[in-house]
Amino acid sequence: MLTLDAVLHGLATAADEPAQLLPARQQMAFTLGFHIILVPFGVALTSLTLIAHHRGLRHGDSTALLLARRWSKAAAVLFAVGAVTGTVLTFELGVLWPGLMGTYGSAFGFPFSIEGLFFFLEAIFVSIYIYGWNRLPPWAHFWTGVPVSLSGIGGTASVVAANSWMNQPGGITMRDGKVVDVEPAKVFFNGAFWGETIHMLLAAYIVAGFTVGGVYAAGLLRGRDNRYHRTGFLIGFVTAACLMPVQLLVGDTIARDVFNDEPAKFAAIEMVPATDDHVPETLGGVMIDGEVRYGWQIPDLGSILADFSPSTTIKGLDAIPADVRPDDRTVSVVHLAFDVMVGTGSLLTLLAAWFAWLWYRHRRVPENRWFLRAAAVSGALAVICLESGWVVTEVGRQPWTVVGLLLTRDAVTTEGNIWALFACVLALYAAVGAAAIWVLRSMRRRWRAEGDDNVTVPYGPAPEPVAARPGPREQ
Amino acid sequence: MQDTVAILLFVGVVAYALLGGADFGAGFWDLTAGGADRGRRPRHLIDASIGPVWEANHTWLIYCLVILWSGFPTAFTAITTTLYLPLVFAALGIVLRGAGFAFRHNALRTPEQRLYGAVFALSSVLTPYSFGAIAGAIASGRVPTGGNGNALTSWNHPTSHLGGALAVVVCAYLAAVYLHVEARRAGDTALARYFRDRGLAAAAAAGAVSVAGIFVLHSDAKRLFHDLSHVALPLVVGAAVCGVACILLLLTHRTVLLRQTAAAAVALVVCGWGVAQYPYLLGTHLTLDEGASPRATLQVLIVVACVAGVTVLPSLVLLFRLAGRGRLTIH
Repeated sequence: MLTLDAVLHGLATAADEPAQLLPARQQMAFTLGFHIILVPFGVALTSLTLIAHHRGLRHGDSTALLLARRWSKAAAVLFAVGAVTGTVLTFELGVLWPGLMGTYGSAFGFPFSIEGLFFFLEAIFVSIYIYGWNRLPPWAHFWTGVPVSLSGIGGTASVVAANSWMNQPGGITMRDGKVVDVEPAKVFFNGAFWGETIHMLLAAYIVAGFTVGGVYAAGLLRGRDNRYHRTGFLIGFVTAACLMPVQLLVGDTIARDVFNDEPAKFAAIEMVPATDDHVPETLGGVMIDGEVRYGWQIPDLGSILADFSPSTTIKGLDAIPADVRPDDRTVSVVHLAFDVMVGTGSLLTLLAAWFAWLWYRHRRVPENRWFLRAAAVSGALAVICLESGWVVTEVGRQPWTVVGLLLTRDAVTTEGNIWALFACVLALYAAVGAAAIWVLRSMRRRWRAEGDDNVTVPYGPAPEPVAARPGPREQ
Repeated sequence: MQDTVAILLFVGVVAYALLGGADFGAGFWDLTAGGADRGRRPRHLIDASIGPVWEANHTWLIYCLVILWSGFPTAFTAITTTLYLPLVFAALGIVLRGAGFAFRHNALRTPEQRLYGAVFALSSVLTPYSFGAIAGAIASGRVPTGGNGNALTSWNHPTSHLGGALAVVVCAYLAAVYLHVEARRAGDTALARYFRDRGLAAAAAAGAVSVAGIFVLHSDAKRLFHDLSHVALPLVVGAAVCGVACILLLLTHRTVLLRQTAAAAVALVVCGWGVAQYPYLLGTHLTLDEGASPRATLQVLIVVACVAGVTVLPSLVLLFRLAGRGRLTIH
């Protein structure tokens, strides 16, 4: 009966909003969620590669060099896929959200032109760097990788600038529903810019670091206890482990910024039905009929976390005008996503502390099997953390697309059967995702079986003429 | 100022047509190269030529989209809400093409490579056709200012079909000429001949489509025809001269300025469209003035383009140089 009720409820709300709204939101969430997994590897795996590369050149460490070489090739595959899914997103902005692009394109749009510039540089230098193995002088080759890392940072900042502007729009003058003047600096460096950008950059390095560390932790667990696996584990895991406590502090600061600047989102995050002081911190739980159900409440902690005092007043959902108040389901999703983000983030911080303790005791890569097991899944945990963070910021903005200016139901297209499009997109992305995983695994298999020279990657030139010897094609 | 941004946008369109277009064309030759054994050598040359520069060529599309939606947001959404079907097809082609490009290198066995290759090649035809059809729809005024134009008839008409067909043959033509020069440089005369023949065939096809286009435009898009035959006439004549010169160069086995001539022919056609379109963004109902963003946004776009000029262009030159040198060592 519950599902029937949900269906009826869904139909009831669908009556006053465009039929395209739900599928468009689902599709955007899915494609963004897919793309965001690839982003850390484009942004941060290249930096990890450069760390290994630098070590290899500086200390004549051939193991580190081999790692750098292989990581750069894995990054190339992921970068190519990420570039494609990113291109789909640019199409979707126009096809799914004409209300956003048409009215606010002059403000929301231009950070993407700066991103385009960085992406261009990144694409060019990824090509040069991949191409440069064994072809450029060693240090010159190293330096061709540096622009990749830097443009990754610049590109991330630009895209997040556009996103954070939707949360705290500023720098525009409206007249008759049109943007008539833009102050670019205020649009780009809007109120939410620094917090979101730093949070995302750290997240990118943490996801890439734990994923890389996790891959080699899994190898160590399977008994491949050699220098190659230990070095690979250390470079990835230590990078992520060092940034994790920083991320916790940054996240905490952002939560207080959200409390001050985006009270509606904060009310959803903390699941506060009515404005009050001495607000408890609710862990888990959902909102049903405007009331908090289930969940575990810690008295006063919500107020203390918001502004260090139990008497801090937190604006509740009742402070939001009824017509733009997020519904129960939305609030529950935001709240639970926030809990998952904080929960996984805390687990990862504990893991980092565990590593620090083991390292302090033994001064070597831990052999503790429970630690290695935890490290092996840390990449997946970090991805869950990243995804739930984006759910908090995106769903937490609803029903607005641009807070206070544009409702999502006014931003969505009114043309076309988006469910059909979404179905195609799901099938296509499933195939692309499966192929990407399969290709990375086959690369690893061939590295083990045939050595490095036979594995070619996008951007890289073919290893040898096909006619001269039996290359991969003939096999 | 909106004129400057429009020119910057068009620089992107021309660059995408020339660089992205050559990539799509290479995919077309990949598709038609025959079975695994017969097609191995041309496919290998295509792989080696595209590999290092694929992403950079592809990025011009992003450049065009962001300039369009920041500089002329009304036109952007009018296009996306009317022509969403060809846009989706183009995006589908780009996804498949990019995935094929990303994965094919790693496919181990021939059947897998064949699958990826077929996907890559098919989408190489789908995408330029869709973009050509979109250009035809915009040029012939089928995109209303308010958007939400007819989802089917807006791009199912002679001008769009002409645009699509022209885009496919022009891409094939560009790619064949570039690959011909690559093969010559690598000293592979058989392969050079292979692509020379295809270049000539594609040039003839492009010429035929263009001549047919005169009649199509005359009956289906009168204003476009008028402007092409008046203000844009020098460009059209220039394109024809370059096209003929390119055929002569191919016939006389010369490679000096061959690629430049072929590129100029295509660039002039695209520019001809741009000049005929001016000062309108869409048909004759939305001008650049009316559709432009506020001044500050346009300034940002111009600054970004200037920064790109001093950072991206030298990097691109470096990449193409290195890639060119790399190919010489392969063979």
